[in-house]
Order: sequence, then C-alpha cells, then structure tokens
Amino acid sequence: MLGLVLATVAVAFFTLPLVGLLVRTPWSSAWRLLTDETTLQAVRLSLICSLWATGLSVVFGVPLAWVLARVPFPGRNVVRSLCTLSMVLPPVVGGVALFAALGRRGLLGHYLFDWFGIRLPFSMAGVVVAQTFVAMPFLVITLEAALRQLGERHEEAARTLGAGSWYAFRRVTLPMARPALIAGAVLSWARALGEFGATITFAGNFPGRTQTLPLATYLALERDPSEAIVLSLVLIGVSFVVLLAMRDRWLDAAVGRRV
Amino acid sequence: MTLEATLVVQIGELLLDMELAIAPGEVVALLGPNGAGKTTVLRTLAGLLALDDGRIVLDGQPLEDVADGAWVPPERRSVGVVFQDYLLFPTLTVVENVAFGLRARGTGRREARARATALLDQFGLAAYAGRKPSALSGGQAQRVALARALAFQPRLLLLDEPLAALDAGTRTEVRRDLRELLAGFDGMRLLVTHDPLDAHALADRVVVLEAGTVVQSGTLGHVTAHPRSPYVARLVGTNLLSGVAGADGVISVSGSAVRFTAADAPQPGPVHVAVHPQAVALHRDAQTGSPRNDWLTRVTELDEHGDRVRVTLADPPGMVAEITPGAQAELTLAAGQPVWATVKATEVEAYPA
Repeated sequence: MLGLVLATVAVAFFTLPLVGLLVRTPWSSAWRLLTDETTLQAVRLSLICSLWATGLSVVFGVPLAWVLARVPFPGRNVVRSLCTLSMVLPPVVGGVALFAALGRRGLLGHYLFDWFGIRLPFSMAGVVVAQTFVAMPFLVITLEAALRQLGERHEEAARTLGAGSWYAFRRVTLPMARPALIAGAVLSWARALGEFGATITFAGNFPGRTQTLPLATYLALERDPSEAIVLSLVLIGVSFVVLLAMRDRWLDAAVGRRV
Repeated sequence: MTLEATLVVQIGELLLDMELAIAPGEVVALLGPNGAGKTTVLRTLAGLLALDDGRIVLDGQPLEDVADGAWVPPERRSVGVVFQDYLLFPTLTVVENVAFGLRARGTGRREARARATALLDQFGLAAYAGRKPSALSGGQAQRVALARALAFQPRLLLLDEPLAALDAGTRTEVRRDLRELLAGFDGMRLLVTHDPLDAHALADRVVVLEAGTVVQSGTLGHVTAHPRSPYVARLVGTNLLSGVAGADGVISVSGSAVRFTAADAPQPGPVHVAVHPQAVALHRDAQTGSPRNDWLTRVTELDEHGDRVRVTLADPPGMVAEITPGAQAELTLAAGQPVWATVKATEVEAYPA
C-alpha cells in the first residue's frame, strides 16, 4: 500500500511539471513564437548538431565499447572511468576542460589553429564537440554492458570459422547487440539534444551558429517567459516522440531475437 | 593428414595432461565424465585456449608449440568446431551461417552462397536456407552447425557433445543422420561425448579421459571388455575389481576376501578383473561342478531394468548380478536374503593393471 502511494507521488512528480507547462502555454501566440526565425534557427542547429554528435558517438563509441568489453589490458578500469567521467561531471566543468584542451591556446587546440587554422570554440563544430563529449559515454556504457552480457562464445565460434576478432564482432556480435546499440544511440542523441552547460561554455551562445534549443530556451526565459515555455514544449515533444519510438524498436528487436 | 598433440593446461583445479594422436580419416571419441577436461581438449585444439605446455601439430604444421612460442590463431587453423549448443548466429540466415566460414576466409559473396546452398542441399536443409536459426528444430540446428563447420573444408573437425542438447526421442534419429553425414567427410574427426552409444555409433576408437588424464584408449570393444577404471566399468555396465595375481594364478582382490580363479591365469602382479553381470549366477544352495568361483553372500539391492533384474551383492564378492525376472521369482530374492553367487572361471577376464 505504501509502495503504491510512493509510486503515485513519483508519477505526479514527473507529470506535474509537464501539466504546468501545458497550462501556462500561451496558445494564441504559440505559432508565431514557433515560426520565429530565431526559434527555427535554434531547432535546425540543435537537430544538425545532435545528429552529428550521435554519429560521432557511434563511430568512436562502438570500437571503444568493444575494446572495453573484449580486449583485456592493464588499467582498463581506469580508461573506462576516464571515458565515462563526463557523464557525472558538471557539464560546465566539461566545457572548461574542453576549452583547456581544444581552445585556441589549449593543449591540442593551438596546434589545430597554428597548423590547420581550425578554431573549435564558438563554432558549430564546437557545439558538436561539446555534445559528443557528454553524449558518447551513454552509448559506450549501454553497448559495453550488452556485449558483456552476450558473452564471447558466438565470437569464438566465428573465429573457428576463420573470422578475425574485429570481423567476428562486426558480423556476429554487433548485430546481436543491435537493441543495445539503438538504445545507446538514442540516449546519446537525447543527451546531445539537451546539452547546455558544456555547449555554452565551450561554444558560446551565437544565434544561428552555436545557439541550440536549450540555450535559446534559457535566454528566452530572461526576456519572455512565454517564449521559453513554447521552446520547452518543442524539446519535450521531440524527446517524447523519440522515447516512444525507441520503446517500439526496442521491443521489436528484443522479440526478433527471441523468435 | 594426422594430428599429434601433447596438451598440458591447468584450469582451476583441473590439470589436463594428455597425448592425443588422430590418424588420417579416423574418428576418435573422447569419452569421460563431466569435468574430465573433454571440452578443454577441444578448446586447445581450436586455439580458443592457450596451452601451458606441449604442442599441437596438424599435418606436420605446428599450430602451437609452447617450447618455441609458435602460435596459430583460431581463425587461421584448419579446424572446424561443432559446439554443444551449436552457437549458430541468430541474426544471420541459415545459408549465411553456412557461408560464414567461406566469407570470412575471403571467398566472394556469390560463390560462398552457392557453395553453402549446395551443402545445405546435400544435408537436406535446402528448404531452410532463408530462415533464421531460431526457426529450426534441435536436429536441424545441429545439421546446420555441422554444415557450417564443414563448409570451409577443415582438415580436423571437432564435435562437442553433438547430441547432448537433443531430447531422447530425436537423439537416436539424429545420431544415425550424423553418422551418415560424418561418413561423407574424410578429414580427421574428434568427438567429445559422455555417452558410449555415441562413441559406438560414430567412432573408430575411443579415448577415455578422467580428471585430465587418459585412463584408457582403444576400440570400443576392447575398452568394454577390459575396463581400467570404475568410471569405464560403470559406463559399460560391468563389474570391475582390482587385485593381485599370485604365482599360483589365484587373484586376491585388494581390501576384500574375494579370490578369483581365471581360466586364463594372468601373469603374477597387479591385475584388473572384469566380470559381466550376466556371468554372475545366483543359487539357493552351494554348487559343484566345473571350475568356478563361489561365495555365500547377501542381496543388498534389487533393481528392475525392463526384462532384466540387477541384483547388488554384499562384499564378498561386492558385484552386481543380472538375472531374468523368472530366475528372480524362482529364487524368491529379496533384499537382505542370503544367496550363493558363482562365476565360472571362463567368465573371469583378468588383465594386468
């Protein structure tokens, strides 16, 4: 009985803010605010950057998860902790750290600038870097857990058939871990989409260049709370759709594996 | 085409230390109880487990030699494996599973597919080519696993308990199929099993492994007639006693008052004595006549097995007799009852331990 009450409180805790948003939404001016050029720019920028961040997370995160799950080497736990630290790090700290490393006078950043003229801070690429920095661990952790759970036996079978370990992973294990890969990618994408702290620290807040939806929302709150509410609704809507879609895909994939 | 291997590897409590040789075209069954190290043998041969000591030489090519550090990784050994639970790839279709080994070794997609399809046809699985492994029955999955392991024409085929995952009903049928399919492959085959029926149906020779060491090897007939360990004796259902043969040809069983006279008196020294349960006759009274061994003993247990009754006797002689239900009724046997047990000297198989 107590459990039921606590669970109800929890549900209310999550639903009430949404209801609050909906109630406070200025529906009459919502459409005008939504189609406002600054808003559209922010939406476009958010989608492009978060998809780039997700892509990069997959490209680098899959091999990383494989190495962490399959290749034994001394200090593996330390490497895992380092690679997932940004999950628990305050995002602002992440942004400052990125600045120290990739800023114009940063550890690697000044070479990037001197040799190639590349300047990451305050650019769209900077947004992608900041988002990838905080998003990739979600994919790595989800996939690594799935790989460990799947075990190595199918890979061993593949190796006796003549497959090198990476080929075996790519053709056998990764398809088997597809539900986890999708889930991890979606989590990464959601994290990238909502990224605020690291982005504003490392990439700044330039409309059309680095001002993503969360940044635009925060700024709007100071200027015009009703605009902030509309932008929040957009973010919530996108996240909710993704969450629903993921459940379906997740279920499909899980059922597909069992049949 | 030969395999010569000296395998030494420590896994937890178990120390595997054995020699294994397989002749061209030979089928060898590795027989042993659970935990004897059978699967470990397969894993070392396949390259999935490194040796602590020893070497593996296949057709003159060292696959592994601890002495000089030679090591061929599993993907470059010509060793096919049929795993106990098959380990078919669930996301690939049956034909993709069978073509996997060819594709992994660089055969083009189209040719690999054609060869896999031909093999599936030969295995009577053509209708299942486009299905996922999850849609197969146990017997079909096993055949796909075999086809997959054979598709790249390995020189050595390893089968780990190929029938263990099947229910008793299909096992007989699959065993027969497997026998035919294996006969069509002329490489060396090593079969791991704990079931002497599998060994009998599929293998030319058995190697019995217990606690990491080979206790016996030879044809199944020879092993059955001359068990050298309680495990083998139990496996083939015969009585095995250990003793010492004296100069007079009389064998005294260690730690027991049992004495044997064998028709063929063994050389003096430690011996094994095998007596088939059906050779142990039971009577109410003492018998006279041809050279025999007899003991007045007691029945400790009666166990009906279809048309046979297994009668466990107290020590001496501490053996199992197998009689017909008719004989049991005639003797009105019951647990605790005294009975005379006799074994003809000609039925006593004694051989050096």
